Amino acid sequence: MTPLLQVENIAKFYGARIGCTDVSFDLYPGEVMGIVGESGSGKSTLLNCLAGHLTPDQGAVRFDTRAEGLRDTITMSEPERRMLSRTDWAFVHQHARDGLRMNVSAGGNVGERLMAVNARHYGDIRAEAIDWLGRVEITEDRIDDRPTAFSGGMQQRLQIARNLVTGPRLVFMDEPTGGLDVSVQARLLDLLRGLVREMNLSAIIVTHDLAVVRLLADRLMVMKDGHVIESGLTDQVLDDPQHAYTQLLVSSVLQV
Amino acid sequence: MSDYNFAYLDEQTKRMIRRAILKGLAIPGYQVPFASREMPMPYGWGTGGVQVSAAILTPDDTFKVIDQGADDTTNAVSIRRFFQKTAGVAVTEATTEASVIQTRHRIPEQDLRDDQILVYQVPIPEPLRFLEPSEVETRKMHSLEEYGLMHVKLYEDISQHGDIATAYAYPVKVEGRYVMDPSPIPKFDNPKLEMAGIQLFGAGREQRIYAIPPYTQVVSLDFDDYPFQPTKADHACDLCGAEDSYLDELIVDDAGGRMFMCSDTDYCTSRRKNGHVGAQGVPFKEDAA
Repeated sequence: MTPLLQVENIAKFYGARIGCTDVSFDLYPGEVMGIVGESGSGKSTLLNCLAGHLTPDQGAVRFDTRAEGLRDTITMSEPERRMLSRTDWAFVHQHARDGLRMNVSAGGNVGERLMAVNARHYGDIRAEAIDWLGRVEITEDRIDDRPTAFSGGMQQRLQIARNLVTGPRLVFMDEPTGGLDVSVQARLLDLLRGLVREMNLSAIIVTHDLAVVRLLADRLMVMKDGHVIESGLTDQVLDDPQHAYTQLLVSSVLQV
Repeated sequence: MSDYNFAYLDEQTKRMIRRAILKGLAIPGYQVPFASREMPMPYGWGTGGVQVSAAILTPDDTFKVIDQGADDTTNAVSIRRFFQKTAGVAVTEATTEASVIQTRHRIPEQDLRDDQILVYQVPIPEPLRFLEPSEVETRKMHSLEEYGLMHVKLYEDISQHGDIATAYAYPVKVEGRYVMDPSPIPKFDNPKLEMAGIQLFGAGREQRIYAIPPYTQVVSLDFDDYPFQPTKADHACDLCGAEDSYLDELIVDDAGGRMFMCSDTDYCTSRRKNGHVGAQGVPFKEDAA
């Protein structure tokens, strides 16, 4: 089986400082990979390198493209990479404001990716937007409201709908539940878990919330100071942490 | 002879502008940056158009200026006088007699010939500007042909107003490649963008020049189920009776009385000279107001 994403020896430096280094892994279709670590451990840098927002200083990120099989996304041309990022890839930002157009209606936000791949029938675009808003539990009568009129949780769900509308195969998520209160988080996680299973999505989720990865991720990577210090099956890593830092991380979770 | 260099600008500057124009003509719809000069008029009054006109005028040209179709408004009169004084060129109000026509926000009703040049004054040349504030990003979008966002604007129009409500500065795609702002002409004029004359667009404050060569394909953007429709007031001109021209609506008294008249004054006047009379019009007389 070909991996959907093959990451080989990625490194990114900020001058003399290490962003992340020596990261390699394979991600297979339908698999969800969690990346955890404290702030500054390089997990967001890694995610941005994988998603093409940052250019890594060394290494290769190969993606299984529909037309030509595995291709290095770092050396492919910018139009090709941007085409990928609006068709086969999706990126869910931590702050919904970064991923939404705040002065465009909810329907327009969902429709943008469709129009970017040349959908030119208003009725079809709108029907698709209504369908997707329904799937993320936003009622149809909010379709012409702007995201500024939405709560934080709704904005985040809207961002997810906007990203998944073109049927991507790989979703990058940067702290998708950050800044939401726990009951909203729970609903969002439930929704994400459903969508991931239903659409057979592969996903890479960066978070510092261990509960999120326990619920969503099949595999887990623990990062510290730009290095991957431990990786394995999620429950294995969380239940039997080997590295001293992972032990600290797991034992730091508040028990209610 | 005047004390100015011909057409106000120095020869080096005119050469620089001509290079930008040639590049613009070679890449239809592409915005060419140029070193816009200070002109003796405020930004927003046509500094871009004036610089383009200055660069292309020759002593043999006949120059016409219209502002929203009219030859006799402040902006049109002062730009016309400016070139009368600095270039000494002949001026006219008749569309057919002019070789260079500078326009603000209209295309003349009379079809242009292949020996005529239309110069537009452009306030904001970037059609994507109100959707994407970053110039770096919009230039990237143009170079990669990522124009999905332009349709988001039209989508928003339909979802809010039930129809594409954009009535002017309606975005077009030139020769299947660049999306272009045709300057704030009414969308009624969009079909006329495919014409025999050369069209040059100058944006002084934004320092951009772009162009449409003769007989270039210009398509107004739309949706399959909401096709582009040029619109005008559903009325005939009250002065000349024309039913095919773009109309201005005037409120004429405090009781809500109104009249519609051609925005193209030359078109209206020449029709009246030929004996056409509208519902509120009077037969044409020389020197009558």
